[in-house]
Amino acid sequence: MIVVLSRSMTILLLLKVFFCFSAVSHSQITRLYSRFHSLDKGENGALSREDFQRIPELAINPLGDRIINAFFPEGEDQVNFRGFMRTLAHFRPVEDNEKNKDPNSGEPLNSRNNKLLFAFRLYDLDRDDKISRDELLQVLRMMVGVNISDEQLGSIADRTIQEADTNGDMSISFSEFIKVLEKVDVEQKMSIRFLH
Amino acid sequence: MESYLFPFDGLLCMLLGISFTLWFTLLLIFIIVPAVFGVSFGIRRLYMKSLLKIFEWATLRMERGAREKNQQLYKPYSNGIIAKELVSLEQEIQEVRRSGIPAPEPEFDMSDIFSFCRRGVESIVDDEVTKRFTAEELESWNLLTRSNYNFHHISTRLTVLWGVGVLVRYAILLPLRVTLAFTGVGLLVVLTSLIGLLPNGWVKSSLSEKAHLMCYRICVRALTAIITYHDSENKPKNGGICVANHTSPIDVIILASDGCYAMVGQVHGGLMGVIQRAMLKACPHIWFERSEVKDRHLVAKRLSDHVADKTKLPILIFPEGTCINNTSVMMFKKGSFEIGCTVYPVAIKYDPRFGDAFWNSSKFGMVNYLLHMMSSWGVVCSVWYLPPMRREEGEDAVQFANRVKAAIARKGGLADLLWDGGLKREKVKKVFKEEQQKMYSKVLVGVSEDSRPFPVRRTSHNRQQV
Repeated sequence: MIVVLSRSMTILLLLKVFFCFSAVSHSQITRLYSRFHSLDKGENGALSREDFQRIPELAINPLGDRIINAFFPEGEDQVNFRGFMRTLAHFRPVEDNEKNKDPNSGEPLNSRNNKLLFAFRLYDLDRDDKISRDELLQVLRMMVGVNISDEQLGSIADRTIQEADTNGDMSISFSEFIKVLEKVDVEQKMSIRFLH
Repeated sequence: MESYLFPFDGLLCMLLGISFTLWFTLLLIFIIVPAVFGVSFGIRRLYMKSLLKIFEWATLRMERGAREKNQQLYKPYSNGIIAKELVSLEQEIQEVRRSGIPAPEPEFDMSDIFSFCRRGVESIVDDEVTKRFTAEELESWNLLTRSNYNFHHISTRLTVLWGVGVLVRYAILLPLRVTLAFTGVGLLVVLTSLIGLLPNGWVKSSLSEKAHLMCYRICVRALTAIITYHDSENKPKNGGICVANHTSPIDVIILASDGCYAMVGQVHGGLMGVIQRAMLKACPHIWFERSEVKDRHLVAKRLSDHVADKTKLPILIFPEGTCINNTSVMMFKKGSFEIGCTVYPVAIKYDPRFGDAFWNSSKFGMVNYLLHMMSSWGVVCSVWYLPPMRREEGEDAVQFANRVKAAIARKGGLADLLWDGGLKREKVKKVFKEEQQKMYSKVLVGVSEDSRPFPVRRTSHNRQQV
């Protein structure tokens, strides 16, 4: 464990440079690094998809594979600690931002908009910034398994697109997505609170 | 030159001779003889109390050091580091639809994904299962480098103390313990082989009991284990099965030094095999060949035969099947609960302040683990004998197993988990994911009068073997 700690010292210095983590406390970063290290069975400083799938609660989550995918940038299959923290930063509670009003920092990763973008990308399988009927069907199929028929699922997808689509291109863009969910308390549903 | 060294040479030999004799006499008087008779001078408890005082001082010193540098001490929290939702996933998704009227058509809400997503990420940050397979993190420092996370807050005085600790542990305690361990095991093999020559009868079984107890007590002292037994009136009796939570191979020594059990296990080669064969000569244990372990009926039959014979000792079984880190109790395998005899549950809880007894078999081998144990301060644990339980009417083996598990978890102050300890090495079964999908489908469809069975798309992996 001493190895873990001395490495984390250097990483902390690196991370402090990135403003999006400056509101995260020392102990939280250490804890997350400890967690990263315990998941990294290969001990090569990066996590692979198999490392994530070893978590039973994630493996039984119907959208487990989509969530795991969110950690890996396009075309890569290893994520380092910085990438790990960057993805987790989306789930910081919004109140934390009150402590750190930096006018030059731009939009923080855990803003309402970015949380919605994270969820949008879970649906958008081919990353073309549109949720097509096919993509919606595939995600729905992941969530319901074999318990609902193709026809019913198809009609659910059609209805959802009909309600959301305002420009008539039979797919949901990010702005249409935001509009549909404007009444939902995204900040509360997509936030993870540290106990200490 | 030679005459110059000669008197010192003789003096040195004499000193060595005296110190060895002294060493062995002390060993005999203070450790082996009490072990033989089952009495205790209370030396170990005194040792434990003084150690605790030193650890408290060490932790306070580190906290002071941290405050001076205006930093925070890293404090591990094994009860969870993030706040998790108390409602179930199903309730969370239902809340969005709380209109009271069952919908005629399935209602899908794009926000459903948030609940799945957040729970997924929560399990990435902190999950209930994977942390049970590594050593528990301690809140106070016990002067062992293997369990320190605040290394940079240590002062000179603390380093000196730690150095003294290393000296004491490796130069004094370790050789002492190794000697005792060899004595204990050696005596066990020799005595049980001798007793095995006697004809079966009352004399043989009572002698065998005494021999086993004596040797296990020596082994307990070899680990400097300070054990507190609670509720000894519930000790397991003949014709029953004793079940306990499993943290390390030491569990066997701890239980067997207070009562006699028939062990169950696989036949090993080498030293273990010698010990197993010797033990078998004195009283009936149940050792399985590697091939027989897979055959569940054979295993069940041998266990039931043993239990039916009231002259044979109670069987000791660890239903978790693997070592867990003593913060929780994981799924009990139902095999031993199907036999239909009285079950005597036992809860074992180790005090983490003195050293971690958990055997992480993927990281350390057995010899490495034993050396770790013998070079740490000692093992402090509590054993609770719970009242015997029987399977009730209308209860199947799995429900009975869960009931016993809950009782053990409650008594030992451990978390009661439904997850399988086998997840240490294997992947989780697909059926659990299918259950989640089924639950979500039910919520989508809602409860409606005219629900008709849907023609389901046939896929090749429709139902997994459980």
